[in-house]
Amino acid sequence: MEALIASSVDGLMLGFVYGLAAMGLTLIFGVMKVINLAHGPIIALGMFVILTLTKSFGLNPYVALLVAVAAGLASGIVIYWVAVRRVIDAPELTTLLATFSVNLMIIGVGTTVFTTSPRAVDVDLGALRMGAVTILGTKALAVLIAASVAVALYAFLFRTRSGKSIRAVANNRTAAELMGIDSSRFLALSFGIGTMLAMTAGGLLATLFSFTILSGGTYETKSFVIVVLGGLGNPTGALLGGVILGLLEGVSTMFIPVSWVPVLEYAIFVLILLVRPNGLLGARR
Amino acid sequence: MTLLEVKGVTLRFGGLVALDDVSFAVEPGELVGLIGPNGAGKTTLFNAINGVYPITSGTIAFQGMRIDGSPSHAVARLGVARTHQVVRPLADLTVRENVTVGACFGREGLGLDAARAASVEALDIVGLASKRDELAAKLNVSQKKRLELARALAAHPHLLLADEVLAGLNANEVAEMLGVFRTVREQQVGIVMIEHLMHAVMNVSDRVVVLDHGAKIAEGSPQQISSDPKVIEAYLGDPKVAERFMAEAR
Amino acid sequence: MTALRSRFLWPLLGLIALVAALPLVTNAASQREDFFLIFMLVILASSLNIIMGYSGYVSFGHIVFFGMGGYVAFWLMFTFQTHLLVAALAAGLVASAIAFLIGAPILRLRGAYFALATIGINEAMKSLVTNFEPFGGAVGMFFNFSVYDAYGGARSAAQLAYVAMAVVALATIFTSFVIKKSKFGLALMAIREDQDVAMVLGVDPARAKVQAYVISAFFPALAGAIFFFKSGIIEPGPAFELLRSIEALVMVMLGGIGTVAGPIVGAAVYEWLRSTLITTPALSSFHLFIAGLLLLVVVLFVTAGLVGFLRHRFLAVRRYVE
Repeated sequence: MEALIASSVDGLMLGFVYGLAAMGLTLIFGVMKVINLAHGPIIALGMFVILTLTKSFGLNPYVALLVAVAAGLASGIVIYWVAVRRVIDAPELTTLLATFSVNLMIIGVGTTVFTTSPRAVDVDLGALRMGAVTILGTKALAVLIAASVAVALYAFLFRTRSGKSIRAVANNRTAAELMGIDSSRFLALSFGIGTMLAMTAGGLLATLFSFTILSGGTYETKSFVIVVLGGLGNPTGALLGGVILGLLEGVSTMFIPVSWVPVLEYAIFVLILLVRPNGLLGARR
Repeated sequence: MTLLEVKGVTLRFGGLVALDDVSFAVEPGELVGLIGPNGAGKTTLFNAINGVYPITSGTIAFQGMRIDGSPSHAVARLGVARTHQVVRPLADLTVRENVTVGACFGREGLGLDAARAASVEALDIVGLASKRDELAAKLNVSQKKRLELARALAAHPHLLLADEVLAGLNANEVAEMLGVFRTVREQQVGIVMIEHLMHAVMNVSDRVVVLDHGAKIAEGSPQQISSDPKVIEAYLGDPKVAERFMAEAR
Repeated sequence: MTALRSRFLWPLLGLIALVAALPLVTNAASQREDFFLIFMLVILASSLNIIMGYSGYVSFGHIVFFGMGGYVAFWLMFTFQTHLLVAALAAGLVASAIAFLIGAPILRLRGAYFALATIGINEAMKSLVTNFEPFGGAVGMFFNFSVYDAYGGARSAAQLAYVAMAVVALATIFTSFVIKKSKFGLALMAIREDQDVAMVLGVDPARAKVQAYVISAFFPALAGAIFFFKSGIIEPGPAFELLRSIEALVMVMLGGIGTVAGPIVGAAVYEWLRSTLITTPALSSFHLFIAGLLLLVVVLFVTAGLVGFLRHRFLAVRRYVE
């Protein structure tokens, strides 16, 4: 029983970070109906930003995280301008392939530069013991940061002019343009925010686990599962879905061998796509 | 036997009643005009007959057999062909290939070679023979409409549902198309024609059915319809049409 | 049927057969290895084209059939000493059966949802196989060298594998052509252009799509059976390598989606690029970057791919090349 609580808490916390990454994916889809298949490599890049800055420049990992945030935003805007802008109104599959090509390019360069050897960022913030539950400091901080970013995102989307413009563009691009909103700019910004969330999540994950340039793939798939669970385009759904998935992961390891957990996740993924493609909370539109 | 029998068909989209207890019949070799103001439910009725939308209540029978609830490809195979109000060509295929699809999978289910021959025939009838090898996407709107018709005719259907085939055509083209409809009718094909071009409908229809807000408000010969006060009232929102009706009545 | 009287198909098949015969005649082992790989890629790309190019259903996880085929055949050869050809055919049938079972539900999905589902299925299969002890679990299975004795030794076995792969490649191209020129192919292309209109015209989309999917699953399974037979070892990672799926996709797009010649050209060009790059050890993974770049260029500027572009531009090409 105690072990169950411990796993649950652990999974729940991890779920927040998963949710953060998934929010990035779902935001991009919600605003421009594009599934960003470069999501995984961007998460991995976030990990490597932290690694490079801490190992080569001796920066504090959490300071490095700020750089990751900025880099995430910048890279998203660049990817949008290079790969997505031209085909944004093309059929879904075209944008799918376009973002996927970016995925390949990042992996190609990344593997060449970083190789596939496992890396780790050593962060030790102690642990908190509450009965049977041990909460790692790094995990607690990761949750805190993830939650703060999520709150900041909501504040941005609902309280700022830019945020409202983004929501307008997401709702009805033509109408937004008729109101004088430069949709191109805000589409780029939205993409940037989406990748920013992914890269930040990657950075946080770097403080928790070891990783390689290919680790993004696992988290990308988790993001897909979460996004489909929570409803494509629904950021709250993504956060919730992340928590649910994290919980599920944490709990299921008590009952099934670890190697079966991916099977469970993929099975859920395919099942939801078939049975309730709009997710548990319903997709936007 | 009655070709098409629509009885008490009601179609609800959630709270919206798109079709309200509509009933009418079509005999082989009959051309029925289906008119009504925009949003009356004419295309929806086609979609119901076609199997694209499921109906909420009522029955639709084709050659004595119930077809409501059947998927659209099954209905097509039985011999019901339709054109679309907003043209939907198979863009990346050639004109000939478009029409061949109709011949291959429609009522006659022809093999590829026979279907190609049937498509040539159908394209000749609608006057698109010269555009045979063009990509469908490259046609202009009136040509696309004729492509829709050719595609429908190539299947040698028993019932043709024509949705605003004449829209956008000039006077000569309209006369040509009406000629096509008359020829098709002579082959004992039943035709239901949605049109806004009043003089064309009145000219060529054996009977006219009028829909408004999803319900049938009148049915009769073109003469009867054009002097029916209910019909005129329904169209009063469009004074030009009301005027034309008055003119026809005189 | 008139399609078989084509003046494109037979010269194409003849040409490929000639090319295939080359390394056998000259006894050039390394050339034979290169061609072996290219034929395998042609099979993957060409079969993917059947579901992706003709039907418009982009599958990211097509490699799942390669992996399943490989595993089923390997297991048969490993456990029962089944002959390669029998095992391969059995594997093909199993893969088609799997495609039939999963095809019906997932082909109801549209566009991106379908693409994602195929990834899910590939990953699910990989995870499943990793946990499946009869297939060797995470470690996989490997042959005792003595297995090749039944084929006259390792060299003969490699030769057999090569010929088998070439024959399967020819069969795949033949099938691809026949489908494209058939009533069935027309139905698929109608579905690709506008599924609702296709339905209104009398096409049963569910049936046609599943049929296409089943056919497209058969050939990669054969390729997998032959490939892993020759490797002598099969593991979950390489069997279900998603990246290989994606490379097949790039080949189809690059060469020309929806054409018969496109996947062949795409496979050849891509493999040539990759092998040129891979000779520089520093750039060994760099081919992924090139793949990505090519895909992006094709997607942004030349959606029809090389063959498609030529067909659009030159009437003569369009008349003759499929």
